[in-house]
Amino acid sequence: MIAEAGLAALWLAAALALLQLALAAGGLWTARPGRADRQDRASIEAAAQLMGGVRPVAVVQGLLTAIAFGMLILVFVRSDMSVLLVATNSHSMKPLIYKIAGAWGNHEGSMLLWVTVLGLAGGAIALVERQLAQRTLVATLGAQAAIALGFYAFLLFASNPFARVVPAPADGNGLNPLLQDPGLAFHPPTLYFGYVGLSVAFSFAVGALVTRDVGPAFARAMRPWVLGAWIFLTIGITAGSYWAYYELGWGGWWFWDPVENASLMPWLAATALLHSVTVLATRDGLRAWTVMLAVVAFSMSMIGTFLVRSGILTSVHAFAVDPTRGSFILALLVLYIGGALALFGARVGTVKQGATFEPLSREGGLVFNNLLLSVILGIVLIGTLYPILAQAMGTQLSVGPPFFNKTIVPITLILMAGIAVGPMIRWRRDEGQALINRVTVPVAVAVFVAAGFFAFASEAGAFPILGLGMAAGLAVASVAPLWKRNLLRTPLFTWGMVVAHLGVAVSVAGVASERAFTTEKLVAARVGDAFWVGPYRVEMRGIRPEIGPNWSAIESVLSVRRGDGASFWMHPQSRYFADPPTNTSEADILTAWDGQLYTVVGQPDGQGRWQLRLWWKPFVTLIWAGGALIGLGGLLSLIGRVRRERRQGRRELAAA
Amino acid sequence: MKAKHQRLALVALGLVAVMGASGLALSALKDEAAFFYAPADVAGKAPPVGRAVRLGGMVEAGSIKREGDGVTIAFTVTDGKATVPVTFSGIAPDLFKENSGVVAEGQFRPDGSFAADNLLAKHDERYMPPEMAGKMAAAKTLEQ
Repeated sequence: MIAEAGLAALWLAAALALLQLALAAGGLWTARPGRADRQDRASIEAAAQLMGGVRPVAVVQGLLTAIAFGMLILVFVRSDMSVLLVATNSHSMKPLIYKIAGAWGNHEGSMLLWVTVLGLAGGAIALVERQLAQRTLVATLGAQAAIALGFYAFLLFASNPFARVVPAPADGNGLNPLLQDPGLAFHPPTLYFGYVGLSVAFSFAVGALVTRDVGPAFARAMRPWVLGAWIFLTIGITAGSYWAYYELGWGGWWFWDPVENASLMPWLAATALLHSVTVLATRDGLRAWTVMLAVVAFSMSMIGTFLVRSGILTSVHAFAVDPTRGSFILALLVLYIGGALALFGARVGTVKQGATFEPLSREGGLVFNNLLLSVILGIVLIGTLYPILAQAMGTQLSVGPPFFNKTIVPITLILMAGIAVGPMIRWRRDEGQALINRVTVPVAVAVFVAAGFFAFASEAGAFPILGLGMAAGLAVASVAPLWKRNLLRTPLFTWGMVVAHLGVAVSVAGVASERAFTTEKLVAARVGDAFWVGPYRVEMRGIRPEIGPNWSAIESVLSVRRGDGASFWMHPQSRYFADPPTNTSEADILTAWDGQLYTVVGQPDGQGRWQLRLWWKPFVTLIWAGGALIGLGGLLSLIGRVRRERRQGRRELAAA
Repeated sequence: MKAKHQRLALVALGLVAVMGASGLALSALKDEAAFFYAPADVAGKAPPVGRAVRLGGMVEAGSIKREGDGVTIAFTVTDGKATVPVTFSGIAPDLFKENSGVVAEGQFRPDGSFAADNLLAKHDERYMPPEMAGKMAAAKTLEQ
């Protein structure tokens, strides 16, 4: 019955989304501006009633999606094998957390999660949004309902998560062991919050276009959603990268895999949007561009969903290999993006020109930032889609890391210079000479650090050394906005910017250091053999079997010592899962203040030796620490913005 | 700056950025697009030496040999039309076995052999790199 209840909730939610769209469209149509002169009392009242219904419907729709998703988790927790999805993706012997995570660790469940987050976001807008004009809010919720309808149709007609299987199997297939990891259990929801947050920004943009209401109020209403989406994307990408690093056992942290690109592209677009929406909110500039970016950002999350869920890609992350579903998502993509672009084309002429500014100004700097981010986005998009397009034309080819490294790395270095200088430029207009004076210190630091590395560690390579120099300069520049300020009275969103930009410097320093100074040792080790890697002496002390809840493993016992320090144990494992039969490498990673020791055990060679792979990766942790700082900066900005707007709202209320 | 001029400047900048991105991407694509090779692609002509590429195919039956150092293996990759000898130093994935699909990351040596720094084996029965699925299907069609 639980599964049927979930399905019923899903159908009801879909019906409510249809109602929400109809109410919004009807209300806006009845009250359309052209009719204002001949509008009688009755039709004004009718429009008000129609539009008044939109908010409660959106809230109930959100609740119903949550109920449906709750039912899905329940059937997974109870291991109800008569539900097809549970039978194919779960196992009664699995730990509880992976039973729950199993609910979204598959195609149907993850699409239901998508809709749930979408529904809850719509409900949240309906509940909390007080800044927008009612017409724009109604149009926004209408757009949100239109997006949701497509996904409801997708779930109900092409990928029903609650489908039964007759006869029910005795036990399930299990979950891919690579996915049985706490990090991964929460990785997809995090990214989905980001994707769906961008769909809210998209709905705001559509709503503002429909009612021709593009301006600072619209930007302020949209900004928290963009910020929220961006924070989740940042955390999701950072966590995903760390997961790939420790779980795959390859020692790499970014592979330019199309599925990684699928989350990077919306992040790039959201980063650009975040900066342009600030220009729109504070200086009323870049109106059309901001709306366009909101459309692009959501397009990127749709393309991401399409790439991952269509079966076009084969990767660790892609579950579905089903052309019908691929075509369905592609159709949705074309419908939404095409519709939004058509609306944009039709209405962009009526979006009034915003405030103007001089090229040398904070606004100009943000335009520069937007252009560079767009260029990076364009390159990632080309590199990701080109092989697929070529394949459609009948040519087989493949684009790999060399392409991205060659193109993205130099642009990122330019972008870093922009991030460093941008916040030092004044709004509206600035003087060249004054700006040059302000950037002297960071530039000197960058040059000094880079020159030092070239002199004493030139084997590291040109790009890593440039990266380290730029990171040092950016670190100094990013705290410059706090210079000579009362730190306690500095607004929280200024702190957010400082912390996020500092995070970029920290991340780049980690990347460059890992590139430049990693040392690796690959050996066939007998018990008793010892090896040096970086500052560590690693001794193989034994090999033993281990048993876990649903796996068995061979574990190597390593005694590790650094200099004269105390020795300690490390235990990398090679695990075997019976259901489905899969092997994974569990690396053992030691984190020190200045880097990580990464150990992996491989196969025996039949003569008493075992393969061992040891890496010393100096300052590799900075990569993710920087990601966390970027996310934290976003969070500080979000809190700062929401608090300031609340205060302003109260003041306006008191004045009125 | 007048509004009209500013809009023009922004549009021009945008165009420059888009053209720059496309130019950069396309020139890099020209160099790097041929990233994936099947043995048949390099049979009879010189493979690209010293560039990071991928080689994909099936591990030939009976070809896996372990070298004396305990960490290097040698095997041949085939796509039914040609074969390429490969050496790999490292921990091979557990699903790496004979008559099974593999994608090797590394570079060709001047003698036409392949030095791999990483092996990707299929990790479940559904996995096959898209490039390879096409190539294998083409090879099968030719055999018939």
